[in-house]
Amino acid sequence: MVRMSIPGAGLGKGLAVTLKTLVAPSITQQYPDVAPELPPRSRGVIALREENCTVCMLCSRECPDWCIYIDSHKEEVVVPGAARPRQRNVLDRFDIDFSLCMYCGICIEVCPFDALYWSPEFEYAEYDIRDLLHDKDRLGEWMATVPPPPPHDPHGEPSKEETAVAKRAGTS
Amino acid sequence: MTWEIVLRVVLVAVAFLTLPLLVGQTEHKVMAHMQARVGPMYAGAFHGWAQLIADGVKFAQKEDLTPREADGPVFRLAPAVALLPYLLVLLVIPLGPGDLVGQPLDVGLFFVLAIVGVGVVAVLMAAWSSANKYALLGGLRAAAQLLGYELPFVLAAASVAMAAGSLSLPEIVASWRPWWLLWQLPAMVVFFVAGLAEIRRPPFDMPIADSELVFGYLTEYTGLRFAFFLLAEYVGIVVISALTAALFLGGWHGPWADSVGWLWMLLKTGLVAFVVIWLRVAWPRLREDQLQRLCWLVLVPVALAQLVLTAAVRIALQ
Repeated sequence: MVRMSIPGAGLGKGLAVTLKTLVAPSITQQYPDVAPELPPRSRGVIALREENCTVCMLCSRECPDWCIYIDSHKEEVVVPGAARPRQRNVLDRFDIDFSLCMYCGICIEVCPFDALYWSPEFEYAEYDIRDLLHDKDRLGEWMATVPPPPPHDPHGEPSKEETAVAKRAGTS
Repeated sequence: MTWEIVLRVVLVAVAFLTLPLLVGQTEHKVMAHMQARVGPMYAGAFHGWAQLIADGVKFAQKEDLTPREADGPVFRLAPAVALLPYLLVLLVIPLGPGDLVGQPLDVGLFFVLAIVGVGVVAVLMAAWSSANKYALLGGLRAAAQLLGYELPFVLAAASVAMAAGSLSLPEIVASWRPWWLLWQLPAMVVFFVAGLAEIRRPPFDMPIADSELVFGYLTEYTGLRFAFFLLAEYVGIVVISALTAALFLGGWHGPWADSVGWLWMLLKTGLVAFVVIWLRVAWPRLREDQLQRLCWLVLVPVALAQLVLTAAVRIALQ
């Protein structure tokens, strides 16, 4: 097929497109006045649930930017009646430097104990770059803004817990 | 009567200061909405209507810089030379029937064409005195463009002057007939396109070319002087739109022309100004060779053919 084109047709098309856009409603969101409606998995800031952290250091090691700083010490817990005292890690410092963070989310993915979460809050700009280093208290405060997890997809695979329960019910 | 002359001059000055702001604000808003945005929204209470006033205040506050290597007096004079011709042109453009014109002039069209051509001098002054190679390149491009497009501009205007048998703008408008819309259509297109190139609007903004020449001959200008060049561009839109409306679209002709003729003129001018803005949004910038090719291989022959046609029709009608 030979494509016939009238000279200047493209120019007319351009005019038509812009005119159509002119009369269509604009898509601007009036951001500072109206809060944006962000999707539930938006990557705003990382929140820390401190009591879940076992200082396994996985997040800190997997971080491509090395922006997570963790200090800890060991404590002995004497359990009455036990043969030996137990040891456990106590978190002293958990800082994320958001001036280095590239929001890849690997730390959240690798955390085996669900101590890290994405929060959609994104308005934490600072005048001083040093203030972008959030300590564990500040990271803990973000926990309040973490949205509840999205409901399970009804068409997806059943969860591990559900299959386990079904298996148990079938065998017993 | 002196007070009447003063009144006319004051009114033209007011139009000179308000219409470009109106066109500028329209450009902000039309461009924004054509790109699915909303444009300035904060200055002034309603939809950012005071944006250009705020811009003016900002420009006035900026430091007035003259580069050390620049040719000071020429550098400082260029914005005024760019701005003043358009003010003079506004004096002779008829707004309505009768003597609703700043200054009726028998050779009005000739005067307009001569004065608009002064723009190239301002550009060359700005470009050369800046002592900046980007400014100079932009100035050379502008000179080549303005000289090239001056020819079809004048030829197209000559066609309508020949049709009306007069060089006076009010008389040209008075003798305009609706069927001229068809008869003078090629001349109108040529005049409009050449006019766009004269005021260096996109798609003919190669001398400024902010992506390659970093604003061409305006590179070294800051603050109020830059604002004057900007203002000159917007007055240019007003002037070219008004000229196109007066010469080819019948100016104040329309229903109830005797009472609301000035409204028709303003409406037509606004419509042409809208098209000027529209073209800027929709079309990309022309390359230098495309620019010259369009001028010499399309516009000039069309304008010459139009002259022949106009002469033939005039002789046939006599």
